[in-house]
Amino acid sequence: MKNLIRLAASLVVVLILLLCSAAFSQESDVELPEEPAAAEEAGPEALEGADIIIGLEPAAEEVPAVEVPLPSYVTVSDLPNDDGTGIVVEFEKAEGETEALTYTVSVGAGPDGPWQEVGSFPATKKWKEEAGHYYPAFFWFQKGRAGVSNNIHLFTIQNLSGNVPLETGVEYFVKLTASLDGASRDYPEILSATPEEQWFDTGRTNVLILAVLFGATVLYFIARARRDPNLFIRKISGLDAVDEAIGRATEMGKPILYLNGMSSLADLSTLAALNILGRVARRVANYESKLTVPCRDPIVLTVAQEIVKAGYTDAGRPDAYNADDIFFLTEDQFSYAAAVCGIMMRDKPAANFFMGYYYAEALILTETGASTGAIQIAGTDASTQLPFFVTTCDYTLIGEELYAASAYLSREPLVLGSLKGQDMAKVFMMVMIIIGTLLMTFGVVFIKDLFKALG
Amino acid sequence: MQFLRKQFPVMLAFVMGMAMFIREFVPSKFSEQLYYGFTDWAIVIVGFSAVFAILSLLHHHMNKVRRRVDGYGYSVITILAFIQMIILGLIFSVRPGTPAGWEYQWMFVPMQATMFATLAFFIASAAFRAFRARTWEALALLLAGLIVMIGRVPIGEFISPHLSTFSDWIMNNPSMAGFRGIILGVALAQIAISVRIIFGIERTYMGGGD
Repeated sequence: MKNLIRLAASLVVVLILLLCSAAFSQESDVELPEEPAAAEEAGPEALEGADIIIGLEPAAEEVPAVEVPLPSYVTVSDLPNDDGTGIVVEFEKAEGETEALTYTVSVGAGPDGPWQEVGSFPATKKWKEEAGHYYPAFFWFQKGRAGVSNNIHLFTIQNLSGNVPLETGVEYFVKLTASLDGASRDYPEILSATPEEQWFDTGRTNVLILAVLFGATVLYFIARARRDPNLFIRKISGLDAVDEAIGRATEMGKPILYLNGMSSLADLSTLAALNILGRVARRVANYESKLTVPCRDPIVLTVAQEIVKAGYTDAGRPDAYNADDIFFLTEDQFSYAAAVCGIMMRDKPAANFFMGYYYAEALILTETGASTGAIQIAGTDASTQLPFFVTTCDYTLIGEELYAASAYLSREPLVLGSLKGQDMAKVFMMVMIIIGTLLMTFGVVFIKDLFKALG
Repeated sequence: MQFLRKQFPVMLAFVMGMAMFIREFVPSKFSEQLYYGFTDWAIVIVGFSAVFAILSLLHHHMNKVRRRVDGYGYSVITILAFIQMIILGLIFSVRPGTPAGWEYQWMFVPMQATMFATLAFFIASAAFRAFRARTWEALALLLAGLIVMIGRVPIGEFISPHLSTFSDWIMNNPSMAGFRGIILGVALAQIAISVRIIFGIERTYMGGGD
């Protein structure tokens, strides 16, 4: 019985296979309808003639042709504000653009190709209105900035396939293809552009104007200080305490520890720290105390040695200068912190100065210093470390005070003049912030772009 | 000699400072080459100064050993560690698996991590000092600190769902406003100090006094 059932099942399977092979055979003269019931529903017209069409081919005929939208215009031009290695394709949003539509950009050496595909993106991406660095040129006069909806696609070409950069002065031809649901259409025109290098970045015009204006203001106040040296500068308690700290160290017969921060000389805060070191060294030489300066950067070490030497010489005590007191420790962050903590614990300096830029080691250094009972003065523009300095040091120079310290300590009219200029710039910024807040509140948004650095 | 020590560095600072300032607004290839050229010079200078730094380090520690100052034993260890690392590095290179690589991986890295880990204890002791409510400002700091801390851990959400919102508000509004004020002041101060250095008004960094 079981064998009979197996035989019947096998016959059914073979029969189905035969029917299937007959139905899908391309060589068959008469194709039978897959669903006879459906054929009957379609009526007698559908069954007319010998060629009753079934399967994939008739389905393809029934689907209406896909209409691929194309933009109304396309332009190709040199990429502005670059070093001559880019061109840019711009085109208006096509009518009926959907997420499914994809644009493909191809580049060729001639109008007939051969074409290299350099990028493909969905129609919802790459908007001129969102482009940053290169576009638009004089941005605040152009449409499509803050508050304006996206309308123009922008695609930048800087490399061919294989990451080969575009060459300056060579003409490149561009083909734009739109694809939707497997169908694609080329934009009828082949356009070309030649990359050219520029000598002025128009996107940074606002930065240049503000920098020149600010620089001129500083120079004006310096010149004014030359005529009228009686300038008022607000009291900075941290800097007034410098003399107190040095005096205390002298009385106690203990050294003074001075750190220039963790950055290199390329960092302006290190330069500011070195400027203060010069003033401190002069006073230390006057008081005949010992100044210890462990350095993290070899170049900072060299400069610090020169500065301290000059400070001692200016104070008329070149004999008191000891080059061995300004020494290199290590470039490694935590090894440096460990070594400085060791110095603090062994030498017990009476005053610790932490000037310049610091990272995570700031608290390790200042807490150790606080535990030795030293008077501590810190100055940094590292905003993340400021809370630690404020907590653990007796005085902290916050941000700009670090840069003003050298002028404050020297009391030289010329240097103090620059602080006046700086204050005027601050007043200007405050006024602009108030005006900007009011304008933005009332929906006038151009001011936001006015201060945006695109470069 | 006086020219080389006083005037020449000021002239050099002016020319280089202005060149670098103008370069910021010039996107051409020449501008890029100039920048990378200076970066290469800096690498060469750092290479030379590293030799100088090593000599300074050895001189400093040898002096300490010679004079038998307090804690000179640490200097002995520093000198010995320095010499053996150079010898091992020259003989076996410093790749992982070599003796110098082993020392780096199994001695230096754990010591570095230990040093970093001490930060947790220092934060606790600093927070204890900062959060003593002796003045109104300290009280405000204590309250803000507590809200931010509790609002950022799961128990804060458990106490009140509004705590994390309030914590975010403190970070994004008063705290952010303070930070931005500092950053703005720093940026203006950096421009001012750059003008002073470029125009030779500030010369302390050259070691020449005023």
